[in-house]
Amino acid sequence: MRLPCPICGARDHREFYYQGAAVMLDRPEPDAGSDVWDEYLHLRPNVPGAHDELWSHDAGCGAWLRVTRNTVTHEVIGAVLASEVSR
Amino acid sequence: MRFSGLRVLKEGLTGNKGWEPHWRNPEPKPEYDIVLIGGGGHGLATAHYLAKIHGLTNVAVLEKGYLGGGNVGRNTTIVRANYMMPGNSEFYSHSLKLWEGLEEDLNYNVMHSQRGLINLFHSDGQRDAFARRGNRMIAQGDDAELLDTAGVRKLLPYLDYDQTRFPIYGGLYHKRGGTARHDAVAWGFARSASDRGVDLIQQCEVTGIDVEGGVVKGVQTTRGPIRAKKVGMVAAGRSGQVAAMAGLTLPIESHVLQAFVTEGLKPCIDHVISYGMGHFYISQSDKGGLVFGGDLDMYSSYAARGNLPLAEHVAEAAMTLMPMIGHARMLRSWAGIMDMSPDGSFIMDKTDIDGLFVNTGWCYGGFKATPASGHTFAHLLATGNPHPTTAQHRLDRFRTGVGIMDEEATGSQHNLH
Ligand SMILES: Cc1cc2nc3c(=O)[nH]c(=O)nc-3n(C[C@H](O)[C@H](O)[C@H](O)COP(=O)(O)OP(=O)(O)OC[C@H]3O[C@@H](n4cnc5c(N)ncnc54)[C@H](O)[C@@H]3O)c2cc1C
Ligand SMILES: [Zn+2]
Repeated sequence: MRLPCPICGARDHREFYYQGAAVMLDRPEPDAGSDVWDEYLHLRPNVPGAHDELWSHDAGCGAWLRVTRNTVTHEVIGAVLASEVSR
Repeated sequence: MRFSGLRVLKEGLTGNKGWEPHWRNPEPKPEYDIVLIGGGGHGLATAHYLAKIHGLTNVAVLEKGYLGGGNVGRNTTIVRANYMMPGNSEFYSHSLKLWEGLEEDLNYNVMHSQRGLINLFHSDGQRDAFARRGNRMIAQGDDAELLDTAGVRKLLPYLDYDQTRFPIYGGLYHKRGGTARHDAVAWGFARSASDRGVDLIQQCEVTGIDVEGGVVKGVQTTRGPIRAKKVGMVAAGRSGQVAAMAGLTLPIESHVLQAFVTEGLKPCIDHVISYGMGHFYISQSDKGGLVFGGDLDMYSSYAARGNLPLAEHVAEAAMTLMPMIGHARMLRSWAGIMDMSPDGSFIMDKTDIDGLFVNTGWCYGGFKATPASGHTFAHLLATGNPHPTTAQHRLDRFRTGVGIMDEEATGSQHNLH
């Protein structure tokens, strides 16, 4: 599996650290309540198919990426810098 | 049909013509009292105990592929009771006791082999942690023995003790730990459930869960709709996908775990060994293959197929621990889809939908749980109340923070277990 880092180009996935679903980008307000925080921290749609996820290019440029990847085929559909899509 | 030594002898002398299929292959009925989604180890065990203990036989197990084709047929077969956290400790202790009587209970040879498990440690700090774990196991009523280097060397003379990088300081020896023949476990439970009247329906994928007014009414399947008073979701790696059919979102991420086996060799590894300086564990199957595995590939996956970097990583750990393995040729590798929970412990509970129950979050350790998972899930389905050994395994524990069982002390967060 290779991930297309917008800064470094296509690199072996060993260079990246996987954080999880990209829902992590939508951080709730501190006082949003325990249900909202539970959803943010723990609940995961986790459906097979196209999946938005966060990878950090640890052994490369160090950027956080939002990668779209098919979890059934491992096909990598695309990647953008997380800083460009987060609020 | 019962198995016995006499029967084997008789069949051997008469051309093995008297053996029958181990379970019926029925058409689905329009309605059942209980429908279980998933014919893996846990679904089949649940069916066995529902019938045997609770007398509930108007039950169907729906399996999208073939019985035992999921993780129950893909794991590295390690069975142990060396958990530490309250909640897990009593559950896995309960499970090991069920294992010890399982073959008589099922009249089936599941090849449960208590060959002993040795968890190696490689530093003073790790020794302290294993000493503590051993004490907790003993306090639970299970067995544990702390071995020093000489003690380990006596049992496992072939490890690389002289290396300077990760010297072996000793090991925690769990004598009642071991392995079992994974397929036979699925088949044994399946045969028993089927004999008692449970319908095991293969090639039957659940595609929808019918809920009306907050009450479960049945399921939609590739073989037509089936009504049910109660539905149990036991779909392991596909738990999230199944729960979504009822509009539920679970605290589960699906990941891929690989395993490997070498060509068949003469007996050389008598125990189950778990390396402490890398995720690596190994045992030898009765056919002679060295069966081993390591860590998750560490990205979400439904592929049941991993990538080469992890294979390389596992091979490196193997070579570091026991260089002799370099002489063996790798025969096959495969993978399964793991239902990973935030604290690394399982979930067994009712849901907010009346009559809908969930059994998930087994991470990479649910094979050893198979008898107790079935036993306790049957209890929950039949009585509506959790079994005492699963009282802590609530679905809402991550929201409330009450009863989290973070066995590895890494924090209760996805991607840490
Ligand atoms: C490589 C590997 C090594 C492992 N090693 C160990 C080990 O050494 N020790 C240990 O204790 N555990 C181990 N495990 C974990 C253990 O195998 C699992 O936790 C356990 O088998 C999960 O429960 P199960 O047997 O019911 O799952 P499964 O066998 O996966 O059963 C779930 C079933 O649900 C079916 N299903 C899914 N969706 C649907 C649907 N929509 N409709 C109908 N059916 C559906 C699937 O086809 C599947 O057959 C390992 C797992 C893997 C993959
Ligand atoms: Zn980069």
